Amino acid sequence: MAAVGKTHAARWGVINVVVVLYALFPVWWIAALSFKDPTTLTDGNYIPTDWTWENYRGIFETAEFTRALVNSIGIALIATVIAVALGTMAAYAVARLRFPGKRVLIGMSLLIAMFPPISLVSPLFNIERIIGIFDTWIGLIIPYMTFSLPLAIYTLSAFFREIPWDLEKAAKVDGATPAQAFRMVIVPLAAPGVFTTAILVFIFCWNDFLFAISLTSTESARTVPAAIAFFTGSSQFQQPTGSIAAAAVVITIPIIVFVLFFQRRIVAGLTSGAVKG
Amino acid sequence: MSTRAQPAETPPPPEAETEQAEPDRAALSAGARQERRLGWLLCAPAVVVMIAVTAYPIGYAVYLSLQRYDLRFPGRAEFVGLSNYGAVLSSPFWWDAFWVTLFITAVSVAIELVLGMGLALVMHRTIFWRGVVRTSVLIPYGIVTVVAAFSWQYAWTPDLGYLAELLPSGEAPLTEQWSALWLIILAEVWKTTPFMALLLLAGLALVPEETLKAAMVDGATAWQRFTKIMLPLMKPAVLVALLFRTLDAFRIFDNIYILTAGAQGTGSVSILGYDNLFTALNLGIGSAISVLIFICVGIIAFTFVKLFGTAAPGAEVKR
Repeated sequence: MAAVGKTHAARWGVINVVVVLYALFPVWWIAALSFKDPTTLTDGNYIPTDWTWENYRGIFETAEFTRALVNSIGIALIATVIAVALGTMAAYAVARLRFPGKRVLIGMSLLIAMFPPISLVSPLFNIERIIGIFDTWIGLIIPYMTFSLPLAIYTLSAFFREIPWDLEKAAKVDGATPAQAFRMVIVPLAAPGVFTTAILVFIFCWNDFLFAISLTSTESARTVPAAIAFFTGSSQFQQPTGSIAAAAVVITIPIIVFVLFFQRRIVAGLTSGAVKG
Repeated sequence: MSTRAQPAETPPPPEAETEQAEPDRAALSAGARQERRLGWLLCAPAVVVMIAVTAYPIGYAVYLSLQRYDLRFPGRAEFVGLSNYGAVLSSPFWWDAFWVTLFITAVSVAIELVLGMGLALVMHRTIFWRGVVRTSVLIPYGIVTVVAAFSWQYAWTPDLGYLAELLPSGEAPLTEQWSALWLIILAEVWKTTPFMALLLLAGLALVPEETLKAAMVDGATAWQRFTKIMLPLMKPAVLVALLFRTLDAFRIFDNIYILTAGAQGTGSVSILGYDNLFTALNLGIGSAISVLIFICVGIIAFTFVKLFGTAAPGAEVKR
C-alpha cells in the first residue's frame, strides 16, 4: 500500500514539474537573456554565465523606455480607476436593484468585450486625429474602456451577487445609521471584489498592444509593449535583444507580483465573470 | 450583434431577481419606482461610455467603409458605395489572411481544449503544490503578449535561441510559411491555454465528487468516468470556454506582429487591417476590413449560440 502511495505521489510530482516548467520556462528564458552580457547573448546557456545589469542600466538611461513606462503606468491606472468606478455603480445596480433592462446591460457588455479591437482602430484613428487626441493619454484611455468597462461590470456583478446584502439590514436593525451600515458592513465585503476586478482590468490595459501601436505616434503616449516593438539598439549595428529582454522583464514584474499575491482571487474573478456570468 | 438578443431569451437566473420577483403589479409602489430610477441612474454612465467607445466608432467605420478615403489624397474623398467591400472581397490578400486566421483559430483552439483539459485536471487533482501549480499556470495568461512573443521569437532565432539550436543549422523556421504558422500557434497556445484551463477548472468544480465515486465503485474506468460523467456535466463550461477562445483567437494580432509581422503569408485579418491603415494609409479599405472582421466575429458568436446552444455568457450557466 505504501509503495502504491509512493508511485502515486511520484507521478504527481513529475506531472507538476512538467506543468510548472511548461508555464515558466519561456519567462525564465527571456529573463536570463536580460542578464546576459551582449558578448554571451548567443552562448545558448539557460543561466547567464556573466550576470550583468548592463541591459537594465541601458534602458533606464533612455527616455524612450522611461517615458513609455510612465505612460504605461499612468494610462493603465487612470483607465482602471474609471472603469472600476463606473463598473461598480453599474454592477451594484445589476446585483442589488430590480429594474428592467439589466439583462440587456449584461448582454451588451459581454458583446462589447468580444469586440475585435481592430474593428475600432480605423474609425478611432480618424476620430482621434480630427478631435486632436491622437497620440495622447486620453486617446488611449478611451479605447481601453471598450474592454475594461465590460470586464469590470461582469466580474463585479458576479462578485456582488455573492454578497449577503441582508447583513446591511441587520446592522441597521442593530442601530447603525445607513452610512455606518454601508461603510462598516458592505464596504469590507465588497472591497475584495472591487480590488480583484481592478487588478484584472489593470492587467488587460497593461497588456494592450494593438491600440498602443495604432493610436500613438511618438513617445508622448506610447506604452511599453508598443515601445519595445520599436526599440532599436544603441547603435545601428547592435541588435536590441538585451534591451528588449530587460524591458520585457520590467513590465512582467508587476504582473507576476499580482499573480503571486492574489492568485486565488484572480482565478475567482476570471472564472466567475466568465462561467457564472 | 447576434448575441444581443440571447440573454433576454434565456430564463432568468434562479437567484436574486426571481426570488423576490413578481411584486404586486397593481402597486408598483413609489419604492419600486425609485429603485428603477436608481438602477438606471447607476448604469447610465457605463452605458453612455460603452456606446460612445464602441457603437459610435463602429457606426463611423461603416460610414468610412463606404467612402474612397486615402489619407495620402484626402481631397479626393468621395462616397463610393460598396466598392471598397468589392475590392477587399475580390482580393487574394483578404482570402489568404482569412484562411490563415481560420487555420490558426481552429488549430490553436483545438490544441488548447485538449491541453487545457489536461491542465485543469492536474490543477483539480494534484495532491501537492496545488498553489504553486495554479500560480505558475496563471503567469503565461497574465504576462504581456508582446513579451511572450519576443521570448518565442528569440527562442527560434538561429544562434540565439535554445529551440533553434535543436534544428539543423541554417534553419530559420520563422522565415517559412508553414513552420512560422506552427510557431505562431505554439506561442498562442502557450499564452492562452491557462485561460481555457481555468474556465474548465471552474466547470470541473461542478462535477459532484460522489457521482464519480459511485461510478468508480460500479467499475467505470477513468476514461468512462471522464466521457460519461464529467464531460456531459461540464458541457456548458466547455462551450463557453470554446466560444471565448474562438472569438479571441480570431482577432490574433500581437503574436503575429512580433513573430513574423505577417510576412511569408502568415498575416491574420487583423494584421491585414492594420497594414491597410498604417502602411497603405487607406482608411476606406481599412474600414471595410474592420467591418468585415466584425461581421465574422458576429457570425462565429451566432453559430456558437444557435448551433451548439451555448448559453450566452451573460446568462446563467449551470451552477
